[in-house]
Amino acid sequence: MLLAVLSGFIVCLLAPWLTRSLGDRANWVLALAPAALFVYFLGWVPEIAQGEAITIHYPWIPGLEINMSFLVDGLSLLFALLISGIGTFIIIYAGGYLHGDERLPRFYAIMFAFMGSMLGLVLSDNIITMFVFWELTSITSYLLIGFNHEDRNVRWLALQGLIVTVGGGLALMAGLLMLAVAAGGEFTLSGILAADGIHEYPFFIGMLLAILFGTFTKSAQVPFHFWLPNAMAAPTPVSAFLHSATMVKAGVYLMARLNPALGESELWFYMLGIFGALTMLTGSIMALRSTGVKAILAYTTIMALGTLTMLIGIGTEGAIIAAMTFLLAHALYKAALFMLAGALDHETGTKDVTKMGGLRKLMPITFIAACVAALSLAGLPPLFGFIAKELMFEAVLEADALTTFLAILAVLSAIMIVTMAAVFALRPFLGERKETPKTPHEAPLSMLIGPVILATLSLIFGLAGFIPAAALVQSAVGAVYGEPIAVELYLWHGFNLPLMMSIAAVALGLVLFWKWDAALALFKRLTFIDRFGAERGYERFMDAIVAVAEWQTRLLQNGSMSNYLITIVLTIVGLTGWTLLVHTDTPIPLGVMDFNVYEAVIAALVVAGALFASVTSSRLGAVATLGIVGFGIALIYVLFSAPDLGTTQIMVETLTVILLVLVLFRLPGFLNYSAPATRIRDAVVALSLGGLMTLLILAVNDVTVTDPISDTLVEWSEPEGHGRNIVNVILVDFRALDTLGEIFVIGLAAIGVYAMIRFRAEDKAK
Amino acid sequence: MNAMDSLILRTATRFLLPLLLIFSLFVLLRGHDEPGGGFIAGLIAAVAFSLYLFAFDASGTRKLMWMDPRPMLGWGLFIATLSGLPALFQGKAFFAALWWPVHVPGIGSVTLSTPLVFDIGVYMVVIGSVMAIVLALAEAEE
Repeated sequence: MLLAVLSGFIVCLLAPWLTRSLGDRANWVLALAPAALFVYFLGWVPEIAQGEAITIHYPWIPGLEINMSFLVDGLSLLFALLISGIGTFIIIYAGGYLHGDERLPRFYAIMFAFMGSMLGLVLSDNIITMFVFWELTSITSYLLIGFNHEDRNVRWLALQGLIVTVGGGLALMAGLLMLAVAAGGEFTLSGILAADGIHEYPFFIGMLLAILFGTFTKSAQVPFHFWLPNAMAAPTPVSAFLHSATMVKAGVYLMARLNPALGESELWFYMLGIFGALTMLTGSIMALRSTGVKAILAYTTIMALGTLTMLIGIGTEGAIIAAMTFLLAHALYKAALFMLAGALDHETGTKDVTKMGGLRKLMPITFIAACVAALSLAGLPPLFGFIAKELMFEAVLEADALTTFLAILAVLSAIMIVTMAAVFALRPFLGERKETPKTPHEAPLSMLIGPVILATLSLIFGLAGFIPAAALVQSAVGAVYGEPIAVELYLWHGFNLPLMMSIAAVALGLVLFWKWDAALALFKRLTFIDRFGAERGYERFMDAIVAVAEWQTRLLQNGSMSNYLITIVLTIVGLTGWTLLVHTDTPIPLGVMDFNVYEAVIAALVVAGALFASVTSSRLGAVATLGIVGFGIALIYVLFSAPDLGTTQIMVETLTVILLVLVLFRLPGFLNYSAPATRIRDAVVALSLGGLMTLLILAVNDVTVTDPISDTLVEWSEPEGHGRNIVNVILVDFRALDTLGEIFVIGLAAIGVYAMIRFRAEDKAK
Repeated sequence: MNAMDSLILRTATRFLLPLLLIFSLFVLLRGHDEPGGGFIAGLIAAVAFSLYLFAFDASGTRKLMWMDPRPMLGWGLFIATLSGLPALFQGKAFFAALWWPVHVPGIGSVTLSTPLVFDIGVYMVVIGSVMAIVLALAEAEE
């Protein structure tokens, strides 16, 4: 199982090399990887279909209770099969769609990384592992959406998706941690689902909202729906994958996964029910306003995500059956439709349906596949989508509350979806042949095999509903509902209200299709949707962040060195001084202690040097007297038997003087001196820090910490560290990891300084 | 930058430089038992190269150092990180020290260890960092 999840990342590393060495056939070879995964997951089906849930553990960071544990049950297996199965076709398809593109190696690499993250996300049992994969899907999908990164607009859109989903991810992390606490410190999903008392958790509402913020952003629910259509900037294979089985379904997956634990709360019902229904309607309306083949599909995806969220929110037996059936049906037809949309775009050179026509004879296979898949989208018999839609209507009608509201929204969006399914399947193919930028002909095999097989599956599953019901849907429903439910799927549900709703929706939808041009013109005029849309809100929000950043940068980072120092020093004095005042119980000893004469002499030298450095008017003089301070301190180290520190201090002083001399060569003498007020201010700031440090040292001297660690280190140094120089043993052995961190800091600082010097020199040269 | 075009400094440097470099290696190697170690030794070497820079010029100093300071910095970090890995293969924690006593004819028993490798990494990082900055400043001058 570990290998299955990680295989995506392994293939990711190999993909660029394989693509280069295999050339044109790379897609067929690479597709073997997801195909093998699909077969592997199929092998789990008989066991899982019995209602089993299997957990597998691999220790990862055992000290923090973070394990690579995987949970295989009906829900995760359904997702894993969709991801690997559709992934296989997408990889084959990409080879045809991006044929000859020199960026293909990179494309495959990111695609496999994304697939691996997605598999990890749906199969993880440990919530921390799951969250890591969750964020990985955000990052890899960002790379995929921004694939055409030379285009500034594409970069902006990809970043928008990233910010929305990762922003939600932050909230999700907080929510998941709270969930783990609420479940009594249980960090596995299987444990959380089995835990009692989650609903009695005092911060239950906050936890629920945090989790839902994460899932709503990921699954593009209103008001975060705007990022999803913009993700259309990605190449079509990516859109097909992201929208059918993966990325946007991750939020739905998590809501379905947590339904047994959280589903009983009223808040859950109202949040999911209302936002899901609104998302469903919004997606349908926006689809109706679109003319781009990909945009139409993107908005119907929003519709589908809304429907799924709403169904999970309703949470009755029937609703969960409807949700899982709808999920499967949507994945099948949406992947097929997107790949067909890509074929149309690829062959005609335009994305606009109103500019296509009469392609029936030129692209017959595409036409037939589009018709079948679109029938499933529209929810017409005998396709699988019909069963899903009937179940959805039934579930809505038996909802505990809001029944009328949900039913009206469901019918309204069904009408519009019928229209858009007809627009997508008929507009480009029927009517008169229209001139397109490219002369179209049938797309290559690699681009047709996926949609044709997936569309056929929609048909087979519709005619023989018992196949998906027994193999996949029943166990998935059991996992989401929390207890086993018998599921039977068939086309004919009797002459009842849902069927009437379907007939009405289809009839009205076809009328709307007939008048679509007029409706489109009308809807396009409703520009207020754009003006007050959620995307404007996002832009305002981003602008506000930039404004705050600029304001605080002007305030804190104004480029004046003395300003920085004052800020830093005053912060230290304030925080440390306050702590010292509040938390010190014993009075600080201020009396005179025993000291040797030479110690007093060194101290006096250091003080004199510091005083002279701050009043001298010569730069070189200041540097030299600072040297006196440094060497004086080195002497103190030596006197208190710290030869290592002493030597280091001398070296550092020497190098400091060298560096300062190199810099001073380029500086003019002081041009103007600080005003008296400034000098007094600086003196106060400097003295306050010095005074604080003195008090601190005196106070620390007096505090007796039980068992200082130094004794243990001295004891261990020779037998354990094979060295008599304790300082060095600590640096390179006992605390080698700290030292490693420090030398990385040194290296980074050096690179920073180097870059600043060189860039300035280059600027001057210009 | 040839501000210190001094015969005395140049002649003295010719003698001092090898001594300082040998001393820095000495400090590096004995660091585990006596005062010293990679950090101090690196600083000593950097001071030695800086002395040469003052006496002669930047391009001469570059030639004298056996590699450019920036790659040296990178290699130092790489070596220091690598030194933590062998322990992993023996099932111990990252950076757990390993020791191999080796008998060298003519010298006697010498103990090789991963902390020594780590210290050499630190040594290179310090030289690389300091010299990258010093040379960049000196060359910006020219």
